[in-house]
Amino acid sequence: MYKAAVIGDYDSIYGFAALGLDTFPTTSAEQAAATLRKIASGSHAVIYITEALAAELREELDAYRTQQLPAIILIPGVSGNTGAGIAMVKKSVEQAVGSDIIFNNQN
Amino acid sequence: MASAQVNPTRMELSRQKKKLVTATRGHKLLKDKRDELMRQFLELVRENKALREKVEAGIAEANRNFVLAKAGVSDATLNAALLAPKQEVYLEAGTKNVMSVNIPVFEAKTRTPDEGDIYPYGYAFTSSDLDGAVKSLSDLLPDLLRLAEIEKSCQLMAIEIEKTRRRVNALEHVMIPDAQQKIKFITMKLDENERSTQIRLMKIKDMMLEQTYHYSEREA
Repeated sequence: MYKAAVIGDYDSIYGFAALGLDTFPTTSAEQAAATLRKIASGSHAVIYITEALAAELREELDAYRTQQLPAIILIPGVSGNTGAGIAMVKKSVEQAVGSDIIFNNQN
Repeated sequence: MASAQVNPTRMELSRQKKKLVTATRGHKLLKDKRDELMRQFLELVRENKALREKVEAGIAEANRNFVLAKAGVSDATLNAALLAPKQEVYLEAGTKNVMSVNIPVFEAKTRTPDEGDIYPYGYAFTSSDLDGAVKSLSDLLPDLLRLAEIEKSCQLMAIEIEKTRRRVNALEHVMIPDAQQKIKFITMKLDENERSTQIRLMKIKDMMLEQTYHYSEREA
């Protein structure tokens, strides 16, 4: 039985606590990386992370790309959408097809 | 040239022929696998894109609601209201095999049987804005989980497609031409050997006949 977690700055994620997701409020990249390592090792199958924080943890996140679990999903924070979430999807397309045929360089 | 390293023998020839057959068959199978993976991937990634746009819009909306809700009440009240979550989401993670890629399938379970049971606070000290904000986020949860499932599947499939594509290319451009070239080299070498043996035999026959019957002396 797995759980779902949310990592990000407090203002962006406190609402998720009401839904029953585990929230890990943090703004520092090091702390987020440590939390990520801890919860990615088995207890959580889905980890939502704010785009702002994910931008600083690029290498950490890339390591989890090839693993079946956990699924790490970027979500926009309260400060706005940086487009990093869509960029991840775009990256998958580029990796698979060789060029971006879905987004046609929209953003 | 790689062909310089092979022994021009019949054994090597049959080995190379077997290798060519296997490589051709593998190439065909992998190409089919790649095409089917690609088809499914494109379907999935389109859904992924649509869902992500929907979820991002939903989260932006929910965030707006939360900012409004936060403006209405004091920080302490809000923190107290959301301090002890009533609901808890559990995930049952299964896997589905799509063309030898194991993609995750999540099934969400909530701790209390009523999924709408999301407000971990009494309504006395908080504004209705907060109720609305929590509700908007809660409505988004199924989509969020589906997004997690699809996006992870896309990532895993992309990796598998890349791998398969490389294998197909390696077979098509390296293994198969190499085997074909080796086969050609061995066949030509064997044919050449056969011809030279034949010529040698003819020559020897001539010499033996000459020794026995002395044709050249008689003609003279």
